[in-house]
Amino acid sequence: MALANGEEKKKAGVSYLGKFFPRLRRYPTTYIGFAIILAFLFIAIFGPMIAPYHYSQQNLALRLDPPSEEHIFGTDQFGRDIYSRILVGSRDVLTVAGSGTALAVFFGLLLGLFSGYRGGLFDEMVMRAMDVILSIPPLLLAMVILFALGPSRVNVILVVGFLYIPMVARVVRSVVLELKTRQFVEAARMRGESSLYILYKEILPNVLPSLAVEASMRFSYSIFLVASLGFLGLGVQPPSPDWGLMVGEARTWFYQAQWVLYFPAGAIALLVVGVGFMSDGLRRMLLPGGVSDVG
Amino acid sequence: MSDNGAVLDVKNVTVTYETDKGPLHTVRNVSLKIAPGEIYGLVGESGSGKTTLARAVVRYLPANGKITSGSIKLSDTDLYQLPREEVRKIWGSRVTMVHQDPNASINPSMLIGDQIAEMARIHLGMNKKQARDRAIEMLTRVRMPDPESVAKRYAHQLSGGMLQRVLIATAMSTNPEFMIMDEPTTALDVTTEAVILDLIHELMADYNTAILFITHNLGVVARLCDKIGVLYAGEIMEEGSIDEVFKKRLHPYTRGLLGCVPRVDASKKDISLSSIPGYIPRPDDLPDGCIFAPRCELVEDACEKERPPLKEIAENHFSACRRVDQLQEKIERKDELREHHEEELGDIVLEARNIKKYFPFTPGIGSLFGSKKAELKAVDDISVRMRSSFTMGIVGESGCGKTTLARCIAGIEEATSGEIELQGKLLAYSVKKRPHDTLKKIQMVFQNPDASLNPQHPAGDSVARPLILLRDMSRKEVREKVKELFKAVSLPEDYIKRLPHELSGGEKQRVAIARAFAADPALMICDEPISSLDVSVQASLMNLLTELQDSAGTSYLFISHDLSAVRHISDWIAVVYLGRLWEIGSAEDVFIPPYHPYTEALLSAIPIPDPEVKQDRIRLKGSVPSPLNIPSGCRFHTRCPRKYGKICEKEEPPWQDMEDGHRICCHIPLEELRELQGDGLLKKSSAGGGS
Ligand code: SF4
Ligand code: SF4
Repeated sequence: MALANGEEKKKAGVSYLGKFFPRLRRYPTTYIGFAIILAFLFIAIFGPMIAPYHYSQQNLALRLDPPSEEHIFGTDQFGRDIYSRILVGSRDVLTVAGSGTALAVFFGLLLGLFSGYRGGLFDEMVMRAMDVILSIPPLLLAMVILFALGPSRVNVILVVGFLYIPMVARVVRSVVLELKTRQFVEAARMRGESSLYILYKEILPNVLPSLAVEASMRFSYSIFLVASLGFLGLGVQPPSPDWGLMVGEARTWFYQAQWVLYFPAGAIALLVVGVGFMSDGLRRMLLPGGVSDVG
Repeated sequence: MSDNGAVLDVKNVTVTYETDKGPLHTVRNVSLKIAPGEIYGLVGESGSGKTTLARAVVRYLPANGKITSGSIKLSDTDLYQLPREEVRKIWGSRVTMVHQDPNASINPSMLIGDQIAEMARIHLGMNKKQARDRAIEMLTRVRMPDPESVAKRYAHQLSGGMLQRVLIATAMSTNPEFMIMDEPTTALDVTTEAVILDLIHELMADYNTAILFITHNLGVVARLCDKIGVLYAGEIMEEGSIDEVFKKRLHPYTRGLLGCVPRVDASKKDISLSSIPGYIPRPDDLPDGCIFAPRCELVEDACEKERPPLKEIAENHFSACRRVDQLQEKIERKDELREHHEEELGDIVLEARNIKKYFPFTPGIGSLFGSKKAELKAVDDISVRMRSSFTMGIVGESGCGKTTLARCIAGIEEATSGEIELQGKLLAYSVKKRPHDTLKKIQMVFQNPDASLNPQHPAGDSVARPLILLRDMSRKEVREKVKELFKAVSLPEDYIKRLPHELSGGEKQRVAIARAFAADPALMICDEPISSLDVSVQASLMNLLTELQDSAGTSYLFISHDLSAVRHISDWIAVVYLGRLWEIGSAEDVFIPPYHPYTEALLSAIPIPDPEVKQDRIRLKGSVPSPLNIPSGCRFHTRCPRKYGKICEKEEPPWQDMEDGHRICCHIPLEELRELQGDGLLKKSSAGGGS
């Protein structure tokens, strides 16, 4: 802790709200992360309006044109404006990865809460099932499922959600296991509170900080997974301006026109880094004690 | 002590932390001198800056802490001026530290012997063989039983007391000039603490090390130290030799602190503890004048204008109070005597008969092969009976089963067998199966204030919930009642909206008490409710509990390892060891002979904050045996200092009754015990002779 003096700790407390901003200030990367995400959100909302061209507007005369004044990121194999495609494509990435994450967080939270609180056989079964999912590399599993279901936007969301449920559930469960031995939970049991009340009112609010951190991490992994699936042609289908898909298609033209690959790949990297910064910052703010800041 | 040749000479040191809110001077203008072979006790409550000061004198501060003025000399080395690399070389060789928590300083994956040997290798330049011998020698020095085998063990295989010995052995292995002991015995049981204190005392005779001993326990200082410095909010309030300071107490803060410590010879029936009102000021919010002025009884206008300097009043006795003369005039401690009311026996509230709690336990890897299950007998046949408006104190070392017993009665843990009867009605073992109207009758206050309130719920909500759930009050009634309860536990009304992290430990515990009282219980179980708090806070909470009991007539089951606290607050005391009762009787009777040999050992271990009280030294060997493997016959025979002979190993001792329901379970006949124990370990003062 900043005040490594144990005696002062009591006053400083585990207040994370009180320390929210000072803490934030100490980690400029968090700001950068938030800024990047805000920028992408802005693009996702207003992308089609600010894009200079329609994303599928072809101009076969200007195929694989290098970055220029008219096309600042250049054009692709059909002469479409890469800049416009990236702007519009951000919407796809954010919604698909976002919904997938939301799905995983929702079901992971439910499973983790009940499994951790109930314990016993139920817990054992749920956790072993989670282990089975976790034991298969996510990309492989995603491919298998998508081969079976057929590639589509909805299916990608479902797959991402499904794949990341175990991670969320595990994190939530471990927090619940610790919380349920705390004395305020025992006090609630002694008053005869129902299990639902205890889960919802006593435990859930204390899970949220860890959940927020986990969710942000899952989000960055989801973006990656969505992009990878797009790259493999298993995600959103052409002509949608999906970033992963764009990178995939660009492979063929890489030797003639490298920008076709660089720009969408760069966009993916930037977004992932931004989310990573944010989740790192969230962890530092919301989970005090998890990091030590004395160098 | 002579001034020249001090090992540590600290002059006017100020320590400043750089924080987000600007610089904080946590320790200001402190001077200390420690001679070779001297133990200096630095006492202070949390927030007093004692740890900061101790770290500053060896330049062991975190990155944002700095010594901003003053001078520090270690023998003839100027520590303050020394470059950082040089200071590092001094750590571990000339200066060593013993921490409170052994786990923080012992490497769990390294053999104990190797760790000590490593110190000797690095700092004394010994070769492998020499260093090994040195390690064994040090372990022998700290009276470790079987040092050769301990050297080949890992930290997790040793008990807390043994680990503390290892820490001391490690710290001593390089013959340091100066050693800091930071609350080395705080986490230990009284019996183990007493043994460790004796050990430190004996070692001091052989070594010439100067020791800075940090603690919050005045009793420990009185027993061990040569000198005492009382630190308050970063400044020394009083300093002098143990005898001088404890006898004269020439600062109101010292007086206050000593008044907070419950006495073993008086109970709540005779006196209420004095407590110090208010809180220790934060370093960014100090009063202009005397820093103790807001809490001082003797404060006068002049006190608030100028900060009084530390002045020498008698030889080597310093005080930072302007009104020393007045203090000198009235030395005697003023006890607030309470009206003595003989209460008649109330109705029986709780009767727990033959409670047993066995935990199934399958050792280690055996569980994989379905090997035979052992049973951990945490509570093995304990019966207690409690009346209304009555406090039953339960004492014993950690691991004796006292908390498990309480949890069984509360229903959070399901008893294995036995009967729990509340106001004549038999209760189910599990709280889940108990009817609604009995739930509110048993409430609990937990040990750890940080865990007992939901960090996300405002204090008022925590208190309101039992009102809604168990007493079916309307919203308006609830709001009124919460206010009333906050007032009853002396918390200001605006605390109702605060979140737990905005409260201090003592305040959280008050909220927890308010929550327990909200249900209007007939029985309240207090599981070490004060043990993690500062003495002054402890005192005020004990007074609060006593007042609430007087007005509400609630019974308390008060569990603690602190005998003085139990003595103070209880009417009746039960002594527990390894899941069984060994002695039970009224608080007065249990504390005068004849008592059970185990009680005797506990009593003689209490550190009493009065250097004039001479206690017999009865020390227990080793630690509590595992409840998985309970000794035959009398369970205490492996450690009993008064073992009566073979019979103790073979037969369970019988209960022997004395007058007034005082009972002892031991083979030694009462007359013989009486003879052996004489007048008792503590001379009784006149104040306590109430009954
Ligand atoms: S100087 Fe005044 S306020 Fe300070 S301790 Fe002495 S009497 Fe109290
Ligand atoms: S029965 Fe024997 S071993 Fe047990 S306490 Fe009495 S004397 Fe000691």
